[in-house]
Amino acid sequence: MESVTSLSAAEHQYLTFILSGEEYGVDILTVQELRGWENTTPIPNAPSFVLGVINLRGVIVPIVDLRSRFGLDRIDYGPTTVVIIVKVEANGKERVLGIVVDAVSEVYDINKGDVQPPPDMEGSISIDFVTGLATMEEKMVILLDITKLVNEGIISSQANDSSKAEVAA
Amino acid sequence: MSIDLDQFKQIFFEESFEGLDTMESGLLSMNDGGTDLDVVNDIFRAAHSIKGGSATFGFSALASFTHIMEGLLDEMREGKREADSDVVNILLESVDEMRTLMTAYQDDEEPDVEQMQVLQKKLEKVCGMEPSAPSAAKEEGNEAGEAGEEDNRRLGWQIEFEPHDDLLTTGNDPSLLLSELRDLGDVTLTMDDSALPSFDSMNPEQCYLKWSIKLLEKDSDSVVEEDQITEIFEWVEDECDLQIKGIYPDREKSDRRAGDRREGGAQEDRRANNRRTDSRRPSDKKPTQQATNIRVDTNRIDELIDMVGELVITQSMLGQLGDEFDMSKLVRLREGLEELERNSREIQEAVMRVRMQPISFAFNRFPRMVHDLSQKLGKKVRLELTGEETEMDKTVMEKINDPLVHLVRNSMDHGLEGPEERLAGCKEEEGYVRLKAFHQGGSIVVEVSDDGRGLDREKLFNIAVNKGVIQETDVLTDEQVFMLLFAAGFSTAEKLSDISGRGVGLDVVRRNIESLGGNVSVNSVFGEGTVFTIRLPLTLAVLDGQLLQVDGATYVLPLGSIIESLQMDADAISGLAGDTMVYRLRDEYIPIVSLSNLFATDAGDNEDMAGKLLVIVEWADKHIGLRVDELLSQQQVVIKSLETNYERVTGLSGATILGDGTVSLILDVSSLMDMASKAMECVNKPKLAVANGRRVGE
Amino acid sequence: MAKILIVDDMASMRKMVAFTLESSGHEVVQADDGDVALAIANEQDGFALVITDVNMPNMDGITLTGELRKLPALKFTPILLLTTEAGKDKKMAGKAAGATGWLVKPFDPDKLLMTIKKVLR
Repeated sequence: MESVTSLSAAEHQYLTFILSGEEYGVDILTVQELRGWENTTPIPNAPSFVLGVINLRGVIVPIVDLRSRFGLDRIDYGPTTVVIIVKVEANGKERVLGIVVDAVSEVYDINKGDVQPPPDMEGSISIDFVTGLATMEEKMVILLDITKLVNEGIISSQANDSSKAEVAA
Repeated sequence: MSIDLDQFKQIFFEESFEGLDTMESGLLSMNDGGTDLDVVNDIFRAAHSIKGGSATFGFSALASFTHIMEGLLDEMREGKREADSDVVNILLESVDEMRTLMTAYQDDEEPDVEQMQVLQKKLEKVCGMEPSAPSAAKEEGNEAGEAGEEDNRRLGWQIEFEPHDDLLTTGNDPSLLLSELRDLGDVTLTMDDSALPSFDSMNPEQCYLKWSIKLLEKDSDSVVEEDQITEIFEWVEDECDLQIKGIYPDREKSDRRAGDRREGGAQEDRRANNRRTDSRRPSDKKPTQQATNIRVDTNRIDELIDMVGELVITQSMLGQLGDEFDMSKLVRLREGLEELERNSREIQEAVMRVRMQPISFAFNRFPRMVHDLSQKLGKKVRLELTGEETEMDKTVMEKINDPLVHLVRNSMDHGLEGPEERLAGCKEEEGYVRLKAFHQGGSIVVEVSDDGRGLDREKLFNIAVNKGVIQETDVLTDEQVFMLLFAAGFSTAEKLSDISGRGVGLDVVRRNIESLGGNVSVNSVFGEGTVFTIRLPLTLAVLDGQLLQVDGATYVLPLGSIIESLQMDADAISGLAGDTMVYRLRDEYIPIVSLSNLFATDAGDNEDMAGKLLVIVEWADKHIGLRVDELLSQQQVVIKSLETNYERVTGLSGATILGDGTVSLILDVSSLMDMASKAMECVNKPKLAVANGRRVGE
Repeated sequence: MAKILIVDDMASMRKMVAFTLESSGHEVVQADDGDVALAIANEQDGFALVITDVNMPNMDGITLTGELRKLPALKFTPILLLTTEAGKDKKMAGKAAGATGWLVKPFDPDKLLMTIKKVLR
């Protein structure tokens, strides 16, 4: 892993992880910490990919199963299962969330010029959440816009709406 | 020696501002009729203390102004003066003036003496007092005395001092008094013990001795004035016989002649000494720090101390483990780390609790405001405050001040009618403005209500249409129409009122509250009154909860919502149309709600309920019964927000962290009831009858 | 170096007096009302001097003086009243209750210390 200080302006550091054989990357600046799997407290009537909440040093943090969110089969959690705790911005405030992945891979410095726009992919992940594709060490890494994924693809829309008393126009 | 008094000034300001509050609330209570002598005494004492303190610290304008008030209050407490409303009102204005003066001193600014004098004249006029000269600090007790008429050639004094029998019992000591004379000059003592009885009949508490003292001035520069001598004996004046005569060379007579006043160095020094406290002007002092303070219940500090104690124990235990660590101790290490996490979390929460203050701090300004406004508007209004002990975070409370003030002004200006209009509408002449605060789940709710005109739905609707805010064809509920009040630029007032502006304020009120993460709503019955409801998130809320278990998961139910818990008796269970089960308890049919079903944790059929636990809860006079597996402990839990990182979940008011570190969800009874009633939609009517406690079919 | 009891419901005044006396090497015990002072006087001994304000909520300084004089240990101990009133009658009332003397407010620290010296043995 290269240190942050050697980054040039066009480079971004990404943490990559594995999900059902595919490698995905998220901006390392959104990554708060990595944790092993621990039991969650389930939330009633929540979407199936929301596994529940955990206690992260006194703060209630939801844990999301990314496989489930992407429509992939669920697997049993094992010793390599990692929960990536991310912190993203939402409407001027910050949300902390945990995403369950198969395993964590690498930290890469990825140059903007090396990122190709995502093709019109058919599949489970909406391309709204993919910022692009990169090739690292002959592997394809799918770069995710984790902020958008959390705010639009995980948290339900009414939770993001702050005004409660709206006049029906 | 110079002692820096500045450190005590801050304390003086704090307690004096409190004293002013005491005076104000005391005066306001006097306005309502009965004059309690205790109240008058309290007001007097507060003024008296402020006067004394301000004189000591050199705040002469404040001291002299307060002195006049004090005189008035003294007359009142001795029954020599009636406390009619004119007097009370001018005293209230005077309290304001004292506040202004004190603030100036606190900010190290020159007080506005002119304004003070204007009010002072008013005070004197209303109370029919003799106008006093514009004030300089009154030098009380500066008994500099008259300049002695002296003879240049006086050599000294001859003093005859005979203590009475009881001089010793006031704690005075003749020997000390005599020693003081030595400071003034050369002293020759002659003691007369002729009155001393024999040893056996002597009372040691009595003084039998007397003295003749010859006090000679040391040299011509150290003149001793007579009043220096009388000053030494000042305290025992009435407990002794004292004669002082001047000693003159070659003279038999002790007459003194008028002469020029000598520049007696000692006298000047004393006068200068007494003036020192007054000469310190605010301008040459360091600016005072404006730190905000919090009053903290010492119990909370004790709690914190206990928790820190536990933390220290945990830390030392971990330290020991770390000293000689091997893998066999891994489990204990893990337990220790969990304990550490628990300790830190508890301390964090306890510190947050320290910031919680009762909302009475915010409510305190309203008695005065309502009093003044009602007079200004010519309306009869009383203020009702409920739930003043409800706690909220100090910062949130400071920010809610302005919105509350605006809403109360609104009520008084636009909502409440004048006395004639009220009587004409068959209401009591006196209307009310009510401020009510309470906790609800993870929020604090503050209601501002009045029994005034209420909101005219038609009128609001039409104004909104005219302003283009809505269309004429729009269909709105009453509540939606009322909420139009908060729309930007909306105003129902025909003319500008300097009290509450032109409706611009409500828009700002709403924005302020929403910026705090809360919301505001309004409801009204035309002709009867209006209520504004502000809802704010509590930064930290603590709840007394009942832990219970459903399908293996632990939930927390607010203890206050629980009516009773019971084991279901098969005979009392019956079904309504559809899947609804009800339980008959005494005269009531209570719908049985299965949390498993509501939460879709276990969508089983209505299994045999007999013998299962039912917890009957109440909200807004409605009852439902929750079927649970097991009741666990009762404990105080800290409400943690689900919305911070996730979102609001129907049926839950938040989450909490149990002692073992796991998360437990807190049930929101009102929301559960809504969920349950939606689920029973098909049996609407009977459900209502049941929920209100009437038998089915009646 | 003496043990002195200070009684005043106004914290700023009380603390100021205490500070002044402590800076001079005396030991100071504080009470914020007359009844508190009386309780302290009953529990502790060794007071060489009592300085008390007159106007206090629960028990005023003059009543306190009368009560203190009933305690054998304090029968001859100097008791000084702090008063803002120039009037004779308060002073007389104080003396009648057994007070040794008075200190008139406003006073400055030096005057306070001078007065203390006069009564401390």
